[in-house]
Amino acid sequence: MSWRLNELPTSEAILQVRDLVKEYPGVRAVDGVSFSVRAGHCFGLLGPNGAGKTTAVEIMEGILAPTSGEVLYRGAPLGPRFRQEAGILFQKTALQDFLTVRQTLGLFRGLYEHGTDPDELLRVCALEKLARRDNRKLSGGQQQRLLLAVALVNDPAILFLDEPTTGLDPQARRNFWDLVQTVKARRKTIILTTHYMEEAELLCDEIAIMDGGRIIAQGAPRALLRQHFADVLLELPRQEFTAQARELPLKFIEAGERVEITTNDLDSTLRALMDRHVPLNNLRIRPPNLEDLFLELTGKELRP
Amino acid sequence: MKAVLRRLYAVWHARNLEFLRDRGAMLFQLLMPIAIVAGMGVVFGGAPRPLFKVGVLTADLATAKHPFLHARYFDFVREADEPTAVHGVARNRLDLAMDLTSSPIRYWVNADSPKGYIAERLLLQADPAARRSPVLGQSSRYVDWLFPGVLGMNMMFSCLFGVGYVVLRYRKSGFLKRLHATPVNAVEFLAAQVLSRLSLTLLVTLILYVGVGTIIHFSPVGSTALLALVAVLGALSMIAFGLIIAARFSSEELVGGMLNLLTWPMMFLSGVWFSLEGAPRWLQIAARTLPLTHVLDAARAVALDGAGVSAIAPDLAYLAGTTVIFLVLGAWSFRWSLR
Repeated sequence: MSWRLNELPTSEAILQVRDLVKEYPGVRAVDGVSFSVRAGHCFGLLGPNGAGKTTAVEIMEGILAPTSGEVLYRGAPLGPRFRQEAGILFQKTALQDFLTVRQTLGLFRGLYEHGTDPDELLRVCALEKLARRDNRKLSGGQQQRLLLAVALVNDPAILFLDEPTTGLDPQARRNFWDLVQTVKARRKTIILTTHYMEEAELLCDEIAIMDGGRIIAQGAPRALLRQHFADVLLELPRQEFTAQARELPLKFIEAGERVEITTNDLDSTLRALMDRHVPLNNLRIRPPNLEDLFLELTGKELRP
Repeated sequence: MKAVLRRLYAVWHARNLEFLRDRGAMLFQLLMPIAIVAGMGVVFGGAPRPLFKVGVLTADLATAKHPFLHARYFDFVREADEPTAVHGVARNRLDLAMDLTSSPIRYWVNADSPKGYIAERLLLQADPAARRSPVLGQSSRYVDWLFPGVLGMNMMFSCLFGVGYVVLRYRKSGFLKRLHATPVNAVEFLAAQVLSRLSLTLLVTLILYVGVGTIIHFSPVGSTALLALVAVLGALSMIAFGLIIAARFSSEELVGGMLNLLTWPMMFLSGVWFSLEGAPRWLQIAARTLPLTHVLDAARAVALDGAGVSAIAPDLAYLAGTTVIFLVLGAWSFRWSLR
């Protein structure tokens, strides 16, 4: 494939976000967010709906003006170079009506100086058979693949994907992840927002968890989990976690119909539960994931 | 049944709320009928609308005495001199012209005009002694006068609604926002829209000009190339006018209202159907501000009187100037996203 590889060494920050604030009347959608994204990395912004992810990303894309703070691309404010080198997939992207898939790619290719041959993008994004189809007659998964192709049409150095798989069925989501990993293998920098933890764990090298317009935790997914959790997590149905059991010196949180206990001493925890006659037939033991981390940090479930 | 009515009410209520909150659209819904009624009142106001227009050569129309001047449904206009009056007849601006300073009185009528024929019959009934004088030079048919008007009106609708609604639709769907994320800037985007609509409008106008022109045997006295220049500048000015409306707003109802508010006066005041001869002076001045007035004046001068570039230069300059002003305003107030 003829794609450019990222020329920056991966240790260098390609995008820096400093003290970003965005205020709307009565709301602080983004409340002092700072981080930097290293070249060739996939950076994930996680959070529930309304956390401020999309607002933050649209400021980083140069679509929205921040109330205060700044975004630097390759050390300089966003300018013509950024527009040429950024590929963008909005949460809701509309395309021009009455155009075919091939014509849509042709339109966007025409807006950039450098880029990838549309035919090659059609192949990479598995759109070859749909090249002559009207944009409006694509399924959800096909449309997201086209939008990714549009975002890649300028062979971008940095790619923004704002909730790219929301609303897709599991199969289409997996296909899309495969595509993103193909792109990632080209050492493109990717900024991804999502509320699917699985997506973030699979694709991201580093994540920042947002809630209420702020970043509440940041780091590599595994490091974050290690930092916040003991080794294992026990799940019990809520009604089986009796009042007696609640008096035990255990670290637990309630999540809907479940109670989650974290422990680094499985043996004595299980013994203590049995002593209090807690039934263990429905007990599940598993390693903690990012969903648990989010719950732990905010007391809220990620998906409403 | 009750459930149906409840759903119906819910939707009806929500729609009303939406409409009431869209202040601009509501304002236009109210202003539009008022503007139309006021406009009609000005143009057709007072006594029943005269059916015929007669030019009169006399020192003072108010004190002039002639039995024909009492005829109902005739609009008598004082003409400054004989050549103007005769030209008015030849170009169908007047149905008939009469000279009260001579005795017996002389009159001119366009032999091709049906209204001229009726006016002549009535004049001869009132004053059998009146003598007909020949209209020198080539007289034009009403259809030759009307043809540029209809082409111009068609062009106006295509230009204003074509760009206005399309840009609005792009903004609403979010397509403009997507374009904003590319290297395209507002001026480029607007210029592309102008050029796209310009070529479409010119193509349609050309097809109509050739097709209908052949059927009605339209043959311009002046240069066809000059007519084409008038069409290009006129279309540019009106497209740019449409872009000002489309530059900013996000409500179909508001934009639709504004476009109607622009197109209706142009249709009536720019002389598509009838000339504004005899209308109040301020109304004629107002009409001069509309791009379509200049398009039609210039096109008719070229097609009917064989005017050259210098004769229509003020009209061309006005169209070019307004194009630039409208484009600058449009680019300056342009918005990519919904608020």
